[in-house]
Amino acid sequence: MTSLALQLIDVRKRFGHTEIIRGVSLAIETGERHAIIGPNGAGKSTLFNLASGRFHADSGEILLNGTAITRRKPFEINRLGLARSFQITNIFQRLSVFENLRCAVLWSLGHRYSFWRNLNKLADAQARAEEMLERIGLKRRRNIQAGLLTYAEQRALEIGITIAGGANVILLDEPTAGMSRSESARAVALIREVTEGRTLVMVEHDMSVVFGLADRISVVVYGEVIASGRPEVIRADAKVKEAYLGQPAEAA
Amino acid sequence: MSELGELRFKPLNFGRWVTWGFTAIVFVAAPQFFGSGFARALLAQMGIMSIFALSYNMLLGQTGLLSFGHAVYSGLGAYFAIHALALIGKGALVFPVSLLPLVGGTAGLMFGVLFGYLTTKRAGTTFAMISLGLGEMVFAASLMFPGFFGGEAGISGNRTAGGPFLGIAGLTFGPDIQVYYLIAAWTFACMIAMYALTHTPLGRIANAVRDNPERAEFIGYSAQRVRWIMMMLSGFFAGISGGLSAINLESVGSGALHALVSGGVLLAAFIGGVLLFFGPILGSVVFVFFAFALSEYTPAWHLYLGVFFVLLVMFAPGGLSSLILLNLRVAKSGRFRRLRDPYVGVLGTGLALAAGIALLIEMTYHVTLGIGTGSSVRVFGFPFDTARSESWVFAAAVAAASAIAFEYMRRRFMREWDAIAVEIEDWRRDNPEEDK
Repeated sequence: MTSLALQLIDVRKRFGHTEIIRGVSLAIETGERHAIIGPNGAGKSTLFNLASGRFHADSGEILLNGTAITRRKPFEINRLGLARSFQITNIFQRLSVFENLRCAVLWSLGHRYSFWRNLNKLADAQARAEEMLERIGLKRRRNIQAGLLTYAEQRALEIGITIAGGANVILLDEPTAGMSRSESARAVALIREVTEGRTLVMVEHDMSVVFGLADRISVVVYGEVIASGRPEVIRADAKVKEAYLGQPAEAA
Repeated sequence: MSELGELRFKPLNFGRWVTWGFTAIVFVAAPQFFGSGFARALLAQMGIMSIFALSYNMLLGQTGLLSFGHAVYSGLGAYFAIHALALIGKGALVFPVSLLPLVGGTAGLMFGVLFGYLTTKRAGTTFAMISLGLGEMVFAASLMFPGFFGGEAGISGNRTAGGPFLGIAGLTFGPDIQVYYLIAAWTFACMIAMYALTHTPLGRIANAVRDNPERAEFIGYSAQRVRWIMMMLSGFFAGISGGLSAINLESVGSGALHALVSGGVLLAAFIGGVLLFFGPILGSVVFVFFAFALSEYTPAWHLYLGVFFVLLVMFAPGGLSSLILLNLRVAKSGRFRRLRDPYVGVLGTGLALAAGIALLIEMTYHVTLGIGTGSSVRVFGFPFDTARSESWVFAAAVAAASAIAFEYMRRRFMREWDAIAVEIEDWRRDNPEEDK
């Protein structure tokens, strides 16, 4: 039996009187690339928010590498090896691109809240941040304030911050949203490269990205997983076709 | 590329040594140029205020915490230091007076631990309001417990009580000049320590929490913990400034905990600019000038400080330090000569405008507050008779004429300034590699 990186067991979440997540169970194997698709408002981002600790589930259980994280705070979950990106770019606006990445590696390298060591002499943090800068292709923009980057660059930085800490479970929320076709292709190549050997879960609307990248796909509709399986299985699934009725041409 | 990065560091470090060396020289030499007791007292105040404002900016500029109650930490630090000094005087405690600021710092740190835990869950308005409430609470407590806080009179001590420093005869911190150097040494050390803090993992993560506390949580940091630790450290340095103030004045009253002190440090930090490390130092110098020097000459100093503050926030929201940096950028691009004439025009008419308005204000103050002393008032060394309408007409004419001239000069200046800014931006876009 393969080990599970992330497991959701009958997770439920309501906001006010509306139940947004209605008993979701998901099992994501270690090392797989898993895409979550579904119509707008189906609860995909909410699932991410539950798994990363931004919100807490009302009932059910969430396990990260076998450890229960249902009630943990975001930073505790991050320290257990899960990192996420955001659908709406969520970076450190006034810090430079390089500092954004360096901040993202500090905890995982064990520098914690240290106020007795010179940041510029921490060779490991320096090297990791430089390497990340190279990988996301922003080397030329190293010293620019992150808030001044173009949209596509900010999306790349968003991914960079997420993966820089070396977490083994990566959650990407619509990483290619709003990108042009060529930017999106570059982002997919980047995601493929940087998640090598890690577990990737992504929410994505662009079906070419989904079918090009994912080992397995789960379809979420109205807070429930209606299908989960390999891309060709999902493509042929009657329930999925029905859910995507009206936009079946690209979807299935 | 990495070699380039290496190369870039050396001049930077060199520049840093030059900067700190120059600062040290200023500290050592300043009392030689300002020999009067009053000037030295001002210098001492500037040093103490600099530590206080820098500690404040650890919260505001670096961590994004707007506090309205920073006097709690400096004030309580001052009280603990003055009690320690009183104990030394009674012979009940053996402790060098020169290290008393550490007593204040420890007190500030402890209250930072306590109050920080209560206040740092949230930033923004919540934090600001709680800090305001805490400040009021501690001030009220100072009136409720006269045993510790000394009531109206406060607590006093004698800074020579501990005997000579390191046994050196005559070095008792009694004379002004000795206290000045003690304060200067502490100020210099605190500046370096607080600057170093900005280059540590905690210091950088504090910036990250300031920019985006939520994202900081997703890279492994508890935003609350970061704010809390920053508050302890800020309390520590604020306490040191309080301890120095206790030594300097040899007395601490409940005024040290008053909201005016908290408001003053906010003004000082903003005047200098919260985005650059040295901003609050500049702001402290200006603030002390207004609050301790100008206040000797005119009761209207609050008004002048207020007007100055409003103008600065309107026209240079980054404070004096950002003004300096912007001008340096222009100078570095070799375009400063084009600003020379516009500057002369704007500053000349601006001074005339300020003089005209100051004249009106001084005469008004004299009429409303000082009528018992006759109708004549001296402004800038000249006598003006407030009973004669010519004085008022003259002042109003100066103000009005210079206002028109100033507005004309200001527009001319802004045209040139904006044009240069655009040129520099264009140049930077075309030469991204050369821009450090």
